[in-house]
Amino acid sequence: MKVRAQIGMVLNLDKCIGCHTCSVTCKNVWTSRKGVEYAWFNNVETKPGIGYPKEWENQKKWNGGWRRKANGKIEPRMGAKWRILAKIFANPDLPEIDDYYEPFDFDYGHLQTAPEMKHFPTARPRSQITGKRMEKIEWGPNWEEILGGEFAKRSQDANFEGIQNEIYGQFENTFMMYLPRLCEHCLNPTCVAACPSGAIYKREEDGIVLIDQDKCRGWRMCVSACPYKKIYYNWDSGKSEKCTFCFPRIEVGQPTVCSETCVGRIRYLGVLLYDADRIEAAASTPDEKDLYQAQLDIFLDPHDPAVIAQARADGVPEAWLEGARRSPVYKMAIDWKVAFPLHPEYRTLPMVWYVPPLSPIQNAAAVGALEMDGEMPDVDSLRIPVRYLANLLTAGVEEPVTLGLRRMLAMRAYMRARTVDGRIDHGLADTVGLTAAQIDDMYRIMAIADYEDRFVIPSTHRETVEDAYDLRGNCGFTFGNGCSGGRTELGLFGPDKRSRAKPTAEVA
Amino acid sequence: MDLNFIAFGVYPYIALAVLVIGSVLRFDREQYTWRTGSSQLLRRKQLVLGSILFHVGILAIFAGHFVGLLTPIAVWDFLGVSHGFKQMLAIVAGGLAGAFCLVGGLLLLHRRLFDARIRQTSSFGDTAILAILLTQLCIGLATIPLSLGHRDGHEMIKFMSWAQGIFTLNPQSASFVADVHWIFKAHLTLGLTILLIFPFTRLVHMLSAPVWYLNRRGWQLVRSKRQMPVSRRSGDLPR
Repeated sequence: MKVRAQIGMVLNLDKCIGCHTCSVTCKNVWTSRKGVEYAWFNNVETKPGIGYPKEWENQKKWNGGWRRKANGKIEPRMGAKWRILAKIFANPDLPEIDDYYEPFDFDYGHLQTAPEMKHFPTARPRSQITGKRMEKIEWGPNWEEILGGEFAKRSQDANFEGIQNEIYGQFENTFMMYLPRLCEHCLNPTCVAACPSGAIYKREEDGIVLIDQDKCRGWRMCVSACPYKKIYYNWDSGKSEKCTFCFPRIEVGQPTVCSETCVGRIRYLGVLLYDADRIEAAASTPDEKDLYQAQLDIFLDPHDPAVIAQARADGVPEAWLEGARRSPVYKMAIDWKVAFPLHPEYRTLPMVWYVPPLSPIQNAAAVGALEMDGEMPDVDSLRIPVRYLANLLTAGVEEPVTLGLRRMLAMRAYMRARTVDGRIDHGLADTVGLTAAQIDDMYRIMAIADYEDRFVIPSTHRETVEDAYDLRGNCGFTFGNGCSGGRTELGLFGPDKRSRAKPTAEVA
Repeated sequence: MDLNFIAFGVYPYIALAVLVIGSVLRFDREQYTWRTGSSQLLRRKQLVLGSILFHVGILAIFAGHFVGLLTPIAVWDFLGVSHGFKQMLAIVAGGLAGAFCLVGGLLLLHRRLFDARIRQTSSFGDTAILAILLTQLCIGLATIPLSLGHRDGHEMIKFMSWAQGIFTLNPQSASFVADVHWIFKAHLTLGLTILLIFPFTRLVHMLSAPVWYLNRRGWQLVRSKRQMPVSRRSGDLPR
């Protein structure tokens, strides 16, 4: 047993209102630079839909994630190491920027500078790559917002597998949900495995997956290897970039920008302890339907004295062990099993978990029945098909998702009984395999969701490895050579890419 | 000092010095600029075929020049490879690889000049180095008819002697190529110039060719900032 700790994230989709605050604050902090205008480290998709980039979940098309070979070993779906190197001159699995969208801005200046004219001046779009006029914008980062576009296109969504999806194109049967997406900071990341330069790595102390911007050479294999398409190639700097899990904030105990600014308070951050020795075996599970359970089995009980002793021996700081015991992520993902990993069938063992959304009951009569006898509605009568959620979260196995949804319904019924009727409904808790105390805790964490309960983030003990005296007067987060000055546009090795971020008005 | 000596006796050392020192400096000080500069994301069209043909061709040509010029003549003689045979091998293999490279390079250059996305995002250096490489390739291909005129390989021996003389610090090396055709001299001069500008262009990515990847054990990389666990250092905590 080798105990490691990672800060995981849970997103409670039941409360996501699709407002994109997470995406916008993330973009303002991380990707408001030339070369990554098209990149959204965090984006919110409306499901069902093909998403961003187009059809990212279709691994037959993009070859992301892992596959299990006949001999029981796993290798990236892109192929063995020599197969990956063979794609180095031209990578057949790389999306083109049009699969994301051609980044554009509008000629806002024209609104102020236009001469007096017959028609009202308009701000027309302009490409941020070529600077040329774009007559028609054909795709964007959120083209399918609130079921935009025709169903025929959206129904290409890979999560419809095994579902007769025609009926969901009808107005009466339509359904939708939001899916905010970011880097999963996987336990078994394919991007790390596929990087020929060895520039991508997972941090041992908190599990964050980062790209060494100096070591990255732009071979762009990671973009293809990541099944979530959450690595973006910066076409200006020639380096790949990805979600950093806001590590400068995490290190000092603050939540990521997307979590901090989430107005629906749907995001949770907390420590998970896992056994690093079991990763390979879990990722190589023969039947992909068992992958969700295999991943659960990697995580260690932070209350177990044996685990605590081994964690100390492996150098996990005491504050992290305390954090693991209070972790809302552990509670939702492992204790209550209401949060699930995104697409476990990719064998990446992702560490961003999702609480599936409840949805309105299809049949109005069933609502009446619910009110009459106070029973929970059958989850099969919910508008979003359970199979769709299962394809998204448990490799198509419906039972865990059904149980998760029933537990959330039970929490509502239990709290209704407690607050309206003034009684503790132990029987209801029993039917979903929970205790009344657990439901009270669920209610506190998931419904009230106070700041301190959502974010339990022990700070990194950098004082043990860094000499603060050496770091004095340093310049924080930078690319490359610290904060050396004296750069000019006429640098010996070309202009400095770092200082070229221009206000969009100037780019246009 | 005559022009021949400056061009083929002095210039090679300047070019090689800039190549080595410049590359080391850039790697040390400006690694953030050290990248392939791939534009496949912006436009896939013409790149897949163009890039593969170009790279396969140019790698074969590079290997041919490297082995052909720098392997001591004695080694060839020991292996029983006649000069005439080596000359024909160079013409046939080089010509074939050159044709690959030319087709690929023209596809890439056309794309770089006439595709709005690529043109707008190219630096002067990106376009210039591609044009220079293609020019050098054409000059190189233009030497083939000349070489066919002396199939016994005696001209080729002059270039081998010159190149090996440069690396063995032979002060006479420039004189070996004093009487060759001007097309050869143009090819040598431009070739040395490519070495000279190498550290300032995207060509540096070839020094990072990730062949070591094949040797990586397992798949995953984990970096640790943490020191040895406290308990192992002092034994003051339960294990």
